[in-house]
Amino acid sequence: MPADTGIEGRDQAPSEVRVAGEVEELERRFQELVDADQRIEPRDWMPEGYRRTLIRQIAQHAHSEIIGMQPEGNWITRAPSLKRKAILLAKVQDEGGHGIYLYSAAETLGVSRDELVDLLHSGRQKYSSIFNYPTLTWADVGAIGWLVDGAAITNQIPLCRCSYGPYGRAMVRICKEESFHQRQGYDILYTLARGTPRQREMAQDAVNRWWWPSLMMFGPPDEASQHSAQSMAWGIKRHSNDELRQRFVDVTVPQAEVLGLSLPDPEIRWNEDRGHYDFGPIDWDELRRVVSGDGPCNRQRMAHKVAAHENGRWVREAALAYEAKLEAGYKRGARASGRAA
Amino acid sequence: MTTAGSRPTPAGRPTPPGTGGAPTPPGNRATGVTSEDLVTYALRLGDDALIMAQRLGSLVTNLPELEEDLAVANIALDLLGQARALLTYAGQLEGKGRGEDELALERDEREFLNVQLVELPDRDFAVTMGRLLLFSTYQLGLYRALTGSRDETLAGVAAKAAKEVAYHRDHAEHWVVRLGDGTEESHARMQAGLAEVWPYGAELFEVDAVQERLERAEVAPDLAALRPGWESSIGEVLAEATLEPVETSWEPSGGRRGLHTESFGYLLAEMQHLRRSHPGARW
Ligand SMILES: [Fe+2]
Ligand SMILES: [Fe+2]
Repeated sequence: MPADTGIEGRDQAPSEVRVAGEVEELERRFQELVDADQRIEPRDWMPEGYRRTLIRQIAQHAHSEIIGMQPEGNWITRAPSLKRKAILLAKVQDEGGHGIYLYSAAETLGVSRDELVDLLHSGRQKYSSIFNYPTLTWADVGAIGWLVDGAAITNQIPLCRCSYGPYGRAMVRICKEESFHQRQGYDILYTLARGTPRQREMAQDAVNRWWWPSLMMFGPPDEASQHSAQSMAWGIKRHSNDELRQRFVDVTVPQAEVLGLSLPDPEIRWNEDRGHYDFGPIDWDELRRVVSGDGPCNRQRMAHKVAAHENGRWVREAALAYEAKLEAGYKRGARASGRAA
Repeated sequence: MTTAGSRPTPAGRPTPPGTGGAPTPPGNRATGVTSEDLVTYALRLGDDALIMAQRLGSLVTNLPELEEDLAVANIALDLLGQARALLTYAGQLEGKGRGEDELALERDEREFLNVQLVELPDRDFAVTMGRLLLFSTYQLGLYRALTGSRDETLAGVAAKAAKEVAYHRDHAEHWVVRLGDGTEESHARMQAGLAEVWPYGAELFEVDAVQERLERAEVAPDLAALRPGWESSIGEVLAEATLEPVETSWEPSGGRRGLHTESFGYLLAEMQHLRRSHPGARW
């Protein structure tokens, strides 16, 4: 609840009642804080647009972590060694943990996780389109770690300094784990690239399929990006989509050389004048198609997520019913069940 | 995260009587049991943990809530860690150059020595949690007793694993109680789930000649002595959960001799196909 505003008129929500000039003053102070790189905390006043933008972005990020568990979880049962199986299980578990931190960060803005999950299930909120591509071979697990986690890190490192405190702090924890994921993915590909001819072929094929979708993870080109300017002014975004994409390409091309794998873009070459790698045009129609629901796995991912939720309804209902009995004193109460250990 | 590094060391444990603290070769004079028996034992325990981890791992992203996906992944990871330590040990004792991966991913159905309980398909969350309750309660009693084994490696694995499975058991209990005493539907499903897994519990306590020899040498705990504790511990949970004990005269068995259920071949096919499709490859 907002603090007492000292204003009469209890029929209206207090946060919306402001004397003339007060909102301008609050906005001015808010922008001063943001401009001075200070953190905005949940109890601070914030513009409604800022709040809504953050909810949308953090929720989309949380949903991406959760949906991303599917394509990788797809290989847990089939990992080619027990060590790789353990690493993959731990990675999928980390991604779920990221989803939980992020949902909690969103909850500080006055929405509940249940509401956000409903918005995802009803298609009104999205998740990263990258997870609408299938993981067809073991090498895809490596390519996701190297490229997808790599692109995510490039996007997320600046978010550690996001003006909204809870989001920035969640990102610090998440980025540490993402960099482990990236190294593990790279290690999978490194091993495959030095393995048998068939393993090498598997690695190259995965990189060919994941390269362009990874570049699309940075979003549309700057001239077509709807929300960027305002997000920059609010200290949510620090760099444009194209800047981040370039940074990712610059870091990744030399890594591909060390792997001994090629990237599926004949136009990649070092540009001495720009001090960056040039790369070929991205197929934005493909991104639009996948975002709008026509990627290879959009339907499958959502059906899987919704089915898990629906199939688990009776379990969640049982837990609630049990808690209600405990509260009503019907049970003797806390026997040592639960997490005593 | 090397294979060798993942094996808990028995350092710091009190020296078992009779070994005089001297390093003893595996399989071994100190315990007086044959390597062959020890290999069988390490495979039985390791295969139990491995197959249970495989079943649980396949559930991740399918569970009733996000926290449950994480909890089940965590339990699967613990079990996988136990399996790796035990299979690595079995491979060393066997001395044929097989490591954890060759044993897990290149053996055939008839060579696996896990109980059938752990290979049952997870038809329903109630089955999953009912099975986890039976299995983790057994593992908890077993590992606690095994920390006193005269085999130092097994004792070391058990000391670490006992802490892990105590949490698994708490988790299973948490759910069995909530499902049993939750709604009418959950009660019915939990009772049915329990009925499905219960008959397979008996195999956990089966004693054959190998087990007998290991018990006599104080390498393996006395299973018959563990059983009453297992039964009363589960009985308490069932009472708390308002569930009826299952009456059955059917006691399927055979896992310890490599006889499995039909579903097991599919589990192995999925788990092993990639490695088997690339003979000799490194991953
Ligand atoms: Fe993540
Ligand atoms: Fe990640």
